Amino acid sequence: MRFLKSMVGRKVVMAVSGLVMLLFVIAHLLGNTTIFAGSDSLNSYAEKLHDLALLIWTYRPIMIAAVFLHVFFGIQLTAENYKAKPDSYAIRKSLNSTFAGRSMIWTGVLLGVFIIYHLLQFTFQVTDPAISADRNFDVFGRPDVFHMVVRTFRRSAVALVYIGSMIALAFHLSHGIQSFIQTLGLNNEKTLPFFQKYGTLVAVIISAGFISIPVVILAGILKG
Amino acid sequence: MNLTLYIWRQKGPDETGKMERHDARDVSRDMSFLEMLDVVNEGLVKNGKEPVAFDHDCREGICGMCSLVVNGVPHGRKEKTTVCQLHMRHFKDGDAIYIEPWRARAFPVIKDLIVDRSAMERIMYSGGYISVHTGGVPDGNAVLISKEDAETAMDAAECIGCGACIAACPNGSAMLFTAAKVSHLATLPQGRIEAAVRVCAMTEAMAGQGFGNCSNHYECEAVCPKGISVKFIAKLNREFMRAAFIKWKRERND
Repeated sequence: MRFLKSMVGRKVVMAVSGLVMLLFVIAHLLGNTTIFAGSDSLNSYAEKLHDLALLIWTYRPIMIAAVFLHVFFGIQLTAENYKAKPDSYAIRKSLNSTFAGRSMIWTGVLLGVFIIYHLLQFTFQVTDPAISADRNFDVFGRPDVFHMVVRTFRRSAVALVYIGSMIALAFHLSHGIQSFIQTLGLNNEKTLPFFQKYGTLVAVIISAGFISIPVVILAGILKG
Repeated sequence: MNLTLYIWRQKGPDETGKMERHDARDVSRDMSFLEMLDVVNEGLVKNGKEPVAFDHDCREGICGMCSLVVNGVPHGRKEKTTVCQLHMRHFKDGDAIYIEPWRARAFPVIKDLIVDRSAMERIMYSGGYISVHTGGVPDGNAVLISKEDAETAMDAAECIGCGACIAACPNGSAMLFTAAKVSHLATLPQGRIEAAVRVCAMTEAMAGQGFGNCSNHYECEAVCPKGISVKFIAKLNREFMRAAFIKWKRERND
């Protein structure tokens, strides 16, 4: 597999796996917004999603592969880049690069840790079994996801972890979106500033969308 | 005007270097940056000290030899200008100026501000050419090229191979340089024939020479004295994917 050893080939893998995760994140956000319509809405969404076994078991291996490739090549490429630039300048002036771009590896590590925590909390539901949706059911006998989410985010420490992680996501995506378009060769000098600007906008919208959930719960607007 | 210079001094490739303070007195606004250094060096020689070693050749912004990082920016802050064409009128009396060599693993320091840039040459050897028969000169316009393609190829061919892109890159990547060469040749019919082989060979050589990977920061474009656009990096990426696809199809057919 020379493609997976080559400089550009590995970047293409980073771009495609990142895009797969971006599409998932958008779908995830759209699904999550059902919480604003109340407990019935979120619980029926969660139940219907679980009934689509074929969809779930198709996307799960794809997501696992995407995460693995993205993490593996992300670390490998970054390690090579550090090695290629061992000495730093006495004075360094950045002209075009952004904080988001330069901190990709660190926001990436943060998000990796967050994903593990998030899965333990809401997928495996081991962080607080007392409020687990697998054990608590709503009036229709469905797993009470709404109750679990609201009870979780009512603890401000947990909500802050989520808000912080979603800020990291905004930074990661604001470089990532424009970067995958460039890596996949879809840019010219006219589209580049467009994708840089609107990539950041999309990143901020996604992040703000996720953040709105713990904020609304902390503010006591959503009660459960 | 009077300036305080902090210059990287390093006796040889294996020595450790350090920033050294030098004072430049009575600098004329009309001097180029390199002429200012010439005057400093004359002073050093007069006092029996070792002059500062730096690369230069044409001093008119076209050869790509001069290579100084001035206050953290390769070729200095003035856009699309080599450091030999940077004039002292862009500085103020009393300024402190930090002068450092290109820094990247692939660019070992030879002495003071001079680095070994032959790694870039080795990328060129790997594919930065077209294979043609020697013999009579072909007629002009025997191969027709659209104006658009000719312009694109010329934009890429403007690269003078100075290495500022690599010096500015946080990853020490030679992507803009390689992309300019790949795009220049791939845009023209004579270079199109070997385009797939070339892009693979040149990116492989780049990695082999110890350059880093591109992560789309675009620092390179900002410091390029010829204003080479990062759109050529997108083109290199396209060329690479096309080459990989051609190779995959060929292997499947065999």
